[in-house]
Amino acid sequence: MPVSSNLANEPARVVEMFRKMLLIRAFEEAAGQAFHDGHVRGSVHQYIGEESIAVGICANLRDDDFLTSNHRGHGHSIAKGAHPRAMMLELFGRVGGTSNGKGGSMHIADFSVGMLGANGVIADGCTISVGAAQAIRLLKQDRIVVNFIGDGGINRGPFMEALNWAKVYELPVLFVCENNQIAASTTTRLVTAGEGIAKRAESFGIPAATIDGNDLFEVDSTTARVVAEIRNGSGPQLIQAMTYRLRGHFAHDPAAYRDPRELEAALGREPMVRTEAWLLENGVGADEIAALKAEVDDEIAGYVDEALNAPWPDGSLAFTDVQDVGAPEYPGEGR
Amino acid sequence: MTEMTYAQAARLGLQEEMARDPLVWALGEDLGFEGGMAGQYKGLQAEFGDDRIVDTPISESTIMGAAVGAALAGTRPIAEMRFSDFAMCAVSELVNQGAKARYMFGGQGRVPMVARMPIGIRGGIAAQHSQSPEAWYAHTPGLVVVTPATPADNRGLLKASIRCDDPVVYMEHKGLWGMVGEVDENDQEPIPLGVAATIRSGSDITIVSWAAQVGVAAEAADALAADGISADVIDLRTLYPWDRDAVMNSAARTGRLLVVHEAVRVGGFGGEIAAEVAETLGVPVARLGGERIPIPFSIPLEEAYKIKADRIAARVKRMLA
Repeated sequence: MPVSSNLANEPARVVEMFRKMLLIRAFEEAAGQAFHDGHVRGSVHQYIGEESIAVGICANLRDDDFLTSNHRGHGHSIAKGAHPRAMMLELFGRVGGTSNGKGGSMHIADFSVGMLGANGVIADGCTISVGAAQAIRLLKQDRIVVNFIGDGGINRGPFMEALNWAKVYELPVLFVCENNQIAASTTTRLVTAGEGIAKRAESFGIPAATIDGNDLFEVDSTTARVVAEIRNGSGPQLIQAMTYRLRGHFAHDPAAYRDPRELEAALGREPMVRTEAWLLENGVGADEIAALKAEVDDEIAGYVDEALNAPWPDGSLAFTDVQDVGAPEYPGEGR
Repeated sequence: MTEMTYAQAARLGLQEEMARDPLVWALGEDLGFEGGMAGQYKGLQAEFGDDRIVDTPISESTIMGAAVGAALAGTRPIAEMRFSDFAMCAVSELVNQGAKARYMFGGQGRVPMVARMPIGIRGGIAAQHSQSPEAWYAHTPGLVVVTPATPADNRGLLKASIRCDDPVVYMEHKGLWGMVGEVDENDQEPIPLGVAATIRSGSDITIVSWAAQVGVAAEAADALAADGISADVIDLRTLYPWDRDAVMNSAARTGRLLVVHEAVRVGGFGGEIAAEVAETLGVPVARLGGERIPIPFSIPLEEAYKIKADRIAARVKRMLA
């Protein structure tokens, strides 16, 4: 019998997961605002509209399970247990950031909770994941690895190589494809041959489940089953979580390439609205939800405030953690 | 002392490190039955098991990327690429990921891996199996680049590379696989990275080289000696970090520097060494490297590419004239 989730019978757990979703949403709204205000540089790829996937997947992982992510990684990081305070400091490039300002938005990592890194190169996380799984095998551990990839990433070679590899060695890897249907500004199905990701995985002998990623309950129940199977030696599996990116590719993309009616329809199916509706129907009061939102908003606002006032890293820090053999020397100011 | 080939010495070094540290493992194509292109893995799968000498699909990106992931997850993998030419299919995994993971994540992870990618002309394997792209990797922050020129070095430097906590690009020269030399099997110590070797001592000029070109430079030095010209010949052994002290001390003493490499001269690493020496010491410098053409197939064409000892000697004489 597959493990089935009792999430619908556990309103307290739903509230806890909803809180994490709110935290991700508030983090992403604040990051976008900070970008527009000129406090955050570079690129900010918001996870808005996909929160139920990261939260539903990571709720079924252990702290010591590994996770590899992509450019849209804030949600995955928070869901895996990275602290949003350190993440906000990182986005602002300040001391105390997850990478002390060396990485920024696309290179968030927290090895203490198994988060092996977001990634600026599409699908490069796939090969890193199978390698981490091979290390798990060699070290005789019972961890698993989860790799988040987008629908755009399935057309890169390393994704196909890694699928083949994971199956050949029957590695404990869960590939999660968040199919938000658009790769930057290109509609994915227009540039993707065949029947898509699930069929590609199945062609390698990898079981693939396609689910409604915006349904927290379905994400949770599928993940609970699949993670248990992988931990028990099923070999790699794939979950295709259908979703929709409610914002542009990055914070400065108005997403003018898509039909506004498509966005409007998607807003009715988005995970925050649906999870909140379920809570209201299942005995959680509107006042309780409002209080939760206020609490989370305050928490994130506090991190933004802290980040704005946090010290900048000293220039000499740019020269540390490059390499031990042949380490660069800081040439000093005013050279 | 035992006589063995460059390939046998590499095999010995790997065997010793695998016996010493259970975290060391290798992955790549044809390592088990074939034992690697030159037998540098021969018998190791039988000795250590197929989970430590892993035969992989022809998936260079994943061989390299998996090594990065496995290193981040606490092991010490060796990614065998067979040819540096094939490693070009895995540049993102090495340059974007492996070289930078520690830095991008603020020092949270280490990538103690060896990317083993043989370089150079072996004879008749033409444009896609003969290149020497070492300068690309020496140019990349985060990477250590090693180019062994003798059997003893191919054991000792490989051992040091495996023990190194940084990602190491380990570039054996394919033309040297059969080179025979003395190896002291009783001495298990690695050869330190970043330390050059002086293989001929002289006072008129400093010749710096690495990999197979070292032997050609030594041949040129011997010919020059017959004409009363004495050359200091330095084998860099590690290209990055290169042994600045050894090169500077020698060039300061001889007052002239010639850098010779098999790789294409334009943008080659010889330019970096020559420029550093010229900027620091103000002495005359020169470079010899391959012309900017693909490595050709036919014997006279391939020979036309190579930097021979007589050309090195002639260049030295011009510098001394």
